[in-house]
Amino acid sequence: MPYGRRAPITQKGGKILRSFGVALWFMFLTFPIMVIKISPLEKNIEWRWGRMIYVGAGAFVLSLLWRYVIEQKRGPIPKEEADPLKVDTKDTGWNRGGSHSLQERLAIFFHKNKKFRILTFTGLFFIIAAFPFVFSTYQTSIIITALMYVMLGLGLNIVVGLAGLLDLGYVAFYASGAYFYALMNHHFGLGFWAALPMAGALAAIMGLLLGFPVLRLRGDYLAIVTLGFGEIIRLVLENWNEFSLGPSGIARIDRPGTLGIDFDLRDHTVYLYYIVVVLVAFTIIVVSRLRNSRIGRAWIALREDEVACQAMGIDKTKTKLTAFALGATWAGFVGCILAAKTTFINPASFTFMESAIILSIVVLGGMGSIFGIILGALVLILLPEYLRAFSEYRMLVFGASMVIIMVFRPQGIIGGTRKRHEFHVKEPTGEKP
Amino acid sequence: MEYFLELFFGGLTRGSIYALIAIGYTMVYGIIQLINFAHGEIYMIGAFTALIAASALSIEGFGGWSLLVLAGFIAIVYSAAYGFTLEKIAYKPLRKASRLSPLISAIGMSIFLQNYVLLAQTSDFLPFPPLIEEFSFLEQVTVMRSSELLILSVTAVSTALLTLFIKFTRMGKAMRAVAQDKTMAMLLGVNVDRVISVTFIIGSTLAAIGGVLISSHIGQINFYIGFIAGIKAFTAAVLGGIGSLPGAVLGGMVLGWTESFATGYVSSDYEDVFAFGLLVFILIFRPAGILGKSTAEKI
Repeated sequence: MPYGRRAPITQKGGKILRSFGVALWFMFLTFPIMVIKISPLEKNIEWRWGRMIYVGAGAFVLSLLWRYVIEQKRGPIPKEEADPLKVDTKDTGWNRGGSHSLQERLAIFFHKNKKFRILTFTGLFFIIAAFPFVFSTYQTSIIITALMYVMLGLGLNIVVGLAGLLDLGYVAFYASGAYFYALMNHHFGLGFWAALPMAGALAAIMGLLLGFPVLRLRGDYLAIVTLGFGEIIRLVLENWNEFSLGPSGIARIDRPGTLGIDFDLRDHTVYLYYIVVVLVAFTIIVVSRLRNSRIGRAWIALREDEVACQAMGIDKTKTKLTAFALGATWAGFVGCILAAKTTFINPASFTFMESAIILSIVVLGGMGSIFGIILGALVLILLPEYLRAFSEYRMLVFGASMVIIMVFRPQGIIGGTRKRHEFHVKEPTGEKP
Repeated sequence: MEYFLELFFGGLTRGSIYALIAIGYTMVYGIIQLINFAHGEIYMIGAFTALIAASALSIEGFGGWSLLVLAGFIAIVYSAAYGFTLEKIAYKPLRKASRLSPLISAIGMSIFLQNYVLLAQTSDFLPFPPLIEEFSFLEQVTVMRSSELLILSVTAVSTALLTLFIKFTRMGKAMRAVAQDKTMAMLLGVNVDRVISVTFIIGSTLAAIGGVLISSHIGQINFYIGFIAGIKAFTAAVLGGIGSLPGAVLGGMVLGWTESFATGYVSSDYEDVFAFGLLVFILIFRPAGILGKSTAEKI
């Protein structure tokens, strides 16, 4: 029996019975928290037995569904175990034309059909350009947020996806960009356009500052130090009142300058929308160019094997530090945009949860894949927004969907594909040229 | 001097709770190299179950030590059940996936469990009944409360029991084998799935013990306590050297003292800054934690 694969349930009704067991288990599990409600002041207990039935029924159905989906994913169980000694004559080790995944086939199709490609891009361009005029200010504002997270995701992807450095404190750079613009605007009246590149540069310097002490750390030690770094930044912002105006935050930050033209709120939102769209396009171009550049390939090599990478003459220190700095830059930009968008910031916007959400965008979307990250950001940011109908249940659904996506698609919605050259063996036709 | 001692014991108490939770992190990490971000939530669920059980039982007429023991027992059973189920749902299907996937699954589970408790119970702080009775022989002592003494002794006993378990039982031996080399252990007939389940159950049990004791000591809980405690305990585990049991205990103590003295002598606002600052400082000089062994990589 291969590891991790349970014996298939063969007898009739076995699935039902097992799901029934799961339902009973969950009824037991949720009993104290779902059923009993105590009010500590009046010292009485409310028993909510009705909920137990819901839990039981829900667990039963979900368990059947879960098992069905997992079985579908694994494909049909082979009648006889494959003989490990029998060499599969068809597979010669070279990847042939027919064995591509759907995603790869789409990419190839997209690459070959020039007409189709142009059509798609023009269509996309018009949809994006027309969006704020078709939809309400509220919708536009949500999309702006989602696009900001696309940039954050792409930035973090440099550190986590390409260089393989697990950064749980990415929010620190985001916060420093936001506070830089807010404080500069508050004290010296610095405008958005001047602050934007400076915020990016500041974040890059912060990235270097964080990068130096953690160069020697690897894996999860790095994760906790970056997490600590993020928390330290937030706590300092919260407690150092003279510097950051404390937990009450900074209000009345200027929106992006508009060359003296008077804008109302809607115009401002539309204006910001276009700024963000242009910046996202810029990010996508830079990040995709970076990935295929010398430094980008060095990051990937570093992620795959540090020792081998050094043996090939790649400077580990320089490579890691550039990853931190270039990753952080985008967070600085987005922080600056956040301050300009909301015109109010406080330390509570920069908790660890924020880092976790950005990391989830990267991993859920598919590490290393730009399209995947865009999709991940749209899903993770728009999902809670449009789930507002369920208001109080939305975070519950959000957490559950993170688990479910990971369980059923561990490589993310769209897994990152590496550039590769393929070698196609032509079938020998029998005649010599 | 008295103030110092008070802070010392306060830090030790906090440290023991961190240690109890950190053991869960460190054991899971040692076996499947996963940061179980939902571990703090298990601790929170333990505290909530204890609160509910204690309230229900005290209406039934239980009181005194029997109430603490019963409520604690129920909390342990439920926490262990949650830990077991958590692993089966969120981590087991991902055992062969890349290392970040279970991490995201863990974060998702943490959000889910927090909101589950929030929706099923309440978002307010609930008063936790003082389950720990005052010891009469401690009446003259001003530097230490009886709940602190109890927390210290329970921590000492449970870590000692755990060490014995890992050193001398069959399951403990299997755990060490899996931690060293999972594939090899499997080849030698160790039931890896069961070992992982037992690890989650033990970790959850200790988290529940910590949850019940500290909630009773502090006197209030809400759905969010697990998150903070989880991050602190994880810090403690890394500080001591992740994967090492004595490391987790030592890391917890060091973290507890740092926080306690920082609060007492500097300012309570910066207690977390000191905690994380110390972590960064120690890791710069000892990149594998205080007791962690930095292994040379073989090529």
